[in-house]
Amino acid sequence: MKTTLKYALRLALLLLAVSFVVFALVSASPIDPVQANVGQAAYVTMSEEKRAQLAEYWGAGVPFWERYLNWLSAFVQGDMGTSLRFNAPVAEVIATRAVNSLALMALAWLISGVLGFVMGVVAAVFRGGLIDRLIKGYCFVLASTPTFWLGLLFLMVFAVGLGWFPVGFSVPLGKAAADVTLLDAAHHIILPALTLSVVGVANIALHTREKTIDVLESDYVRFARARGEDTWRILRRHGLRNLALPALTLQFASISEIFGGSVLVEQVFSYPGLGNAAVTAGLGGDVALLAGIAVFSAAIVFAGNLTANILYGVVDPRMRRRRGVAEGSLPEGEGRCAAEGGGTR
Amino acid sequence: MDSREHERFHAEGIPHDHDHGDGAREHASSRHADAQHHHGHDHACVSRHPHGHHLLQVENLCVSFSMYDPDEPFFRARKRDVKVIDNLGISVHEGEIVAVVGASGSGKTLLADAVMGLFEPNATVTGTVWFDGVQQDALGLSELRGRGLSLVPQSVAHLDPLMKVGAQVEGLPRGGETRQARRRRREELFSRYGLASEVAEMYPHELSGGMARRVLLCCALMDSPRVIVADEPTPGLDLELAVRAMEDFRAFADAGNGVLLITHDIELALRVADRVAVFKDGTVVEETAVANFASPDTLRHPFSRALWHALPEHGFEVVGENEVAGAEGSCGEGLLVGDALEGIAGADTPCGEGAGFTC
Repeated sequence: MKTTLKYALRLALLLLAVSFVVFALVSASPIDPVQANVGQAAYVTMSEEKRAQLAEYWGAGVPFWERYLNWLSAFVQGDMGTSLRFNAPVAEVIATRAVNSLALMALAWLISGVLGFVMGVVAAVFRGGLIDRLIKGYCFVLASTPTFWLGLLFLMVFAVGLGWFPVGFSVPLGKAAADVTLLDAAHHIILPALTLSVVGVANIALHTREKTIDVLESDYVRFARARGEDTWRILRRHGLRNLALPALTLQFASISEIFGGSVLVEQVFSYPGLGNAAVTAGLGGDVALLAGIAVFSAAIVFAGNLTANILYGVVDPRMRRRRGVAEGSLPEGEGRCAAEGGGTR
Repeated sequence: MDSREHERFHAEGIPHDHDHGDGAREHASSRHADAQHHHGHDHACVSRHPHGHHLLQVENLCVSFSMYDPDEPFFRARKRDVKVIDNLGISVHEGEIVAVVGASGSGKTLLADAVMGLFEPNATVTGTVWFDGVQQDALGLSELRGRGLSLVPQSVAHLDPLMKVGAQVEGLPRGGETRQARRRRREELFSRYGLASEVAEMYPHELSGGMARRVLLCCALMDSPRVIVADEPTPGLDLELAVRAMEDFRAFADAGNGVLLITHDIELALRVADRVAVFKDGTVVEETAVANFASPDTLRHPFSRALWHALPEHGFEVVGENEVAGAEGSCGEGLLVGDALEGIAGADTPCGEGAGFTC
């Protein structure tokens, strides 16, 4: 109960800070929302009254504090405001966009997680060998590749050159929304998801490789070997168990990275997701939408980290049983081991 | 030496050390009088060769690591071989505990690894190992691991922290065994060593020190080994407790098996072992019966004699082969024997240049 309250408070503070920063940044931004949204040519030919009217619509003259507090009091009451750019409630815009984005990210997240884990373990088992070098080389190259550049490259090769995939968007152009099949959606999601996951793999594989090497060089693996277990059996019996914790942390921490990457990838593939909307909102001075998206994504990343924390307790008996004793105190078993080990050297 | 037995040795392909040294006496066929010297080592009264061979015999063991030369500049450093165990020989007879005594950090654990056939990828290991009269190669050793030759490690850190103790002790069934059979054997061992059945449901971090030691012993005994390699099995215990903790090993040896006890504690070794192998600079300089530690005159190697003088009942005196150590090494009475041993070892390592001791 106490823990739940602590997490809730932490989330509230996080969202408050995120929204504040968004508002502060937008008010400090040199973009004139009227100019940005009406377009240069229309703005020049526009009458003075019309400009004033638009400026009022965009709330250009309202001071920063007033604007923020207005938004905040509405947000607390459950109203995320209206997107001026999309001319629709922010909640609605986010809801439609989030479906696309979350599908894209979930796919990329799963592919990179599973592929990265397998590659990391394989590289660690054959460390120093050819397979290890190939996997490491692949990871180093990809870890230093900008996501948007890789997206462009994929577009050039697979969409333009080979024509296997569409060049952009989440559904075929000129097709009525009711006619769009799941297959269409899948066809459109593959390339952006692939771009995201291919980049994400590098990070996860390299981390998993290090962790696996740690496990393979640990005392308990040495002892298991001394008892006649071979490498693959050891990996199955002890490796997966001990790799689960770092893998979970890594996987849930990578949500934020995937989120960041999706902004760029959605831009490159004109994929109508949250990232795309965030860019539009930022460039158009649509502060309500931008704040809405920022708060939404912060909540998702927070939920990811929280899930990792909860799963920790489920997977690790040291934490599970410690909770029963006393929160925050040193587990007695660990202290005992440390005291014992200390006496030997 | 009995000529018939001599022949048998050769028939089985075991090279024979003909240097009988000064202490050589007549060689009884299967039982030896105390302190008998043959094959380069002295025997204790319990040492037996029932089939004319040792239970475990290691000869000419060399372990070297290929590593980048630390003395060269970073980018130009080339790989070179660093020898950590050099031409080591040791034997374990039936019914005895052989203690390998050496300073901490002198590479004793590497000896355990080499005997168990556990090698780092960058290690080069050469030498010959006979197990119960059969010469072993790397494959043979890997098959012996856990069946015939078992390791008892130092602490619970050698158990998987995320796995219940019972499942870990049981290990994996091999060669037609069933899980149930192993489970029964584990329960039998647990009751023999006074471990409650709840212990099986515990995780390693929940074990007390004494429980952990018995659990680790049970791990080794699961596969009915002939030889146990015990790598510092009594860490952090004072001498009396350590001696008591070693009683299980004594019982194991008395049942006709062998124990290779690796320790830095000479006092413990003299109390519980039948023979002591003095380990220094990556090799065994002397393998002798514990009885020979009664007087420095029965010890052959100067380092063993230095060790004798460093014992508490002989006043922690340091009369190393190296006079420097003796001159500057008196650090008062507070010195523990373990440290005394390290002090002697330190006398001819670089860190011991000035004073022979680290106190």
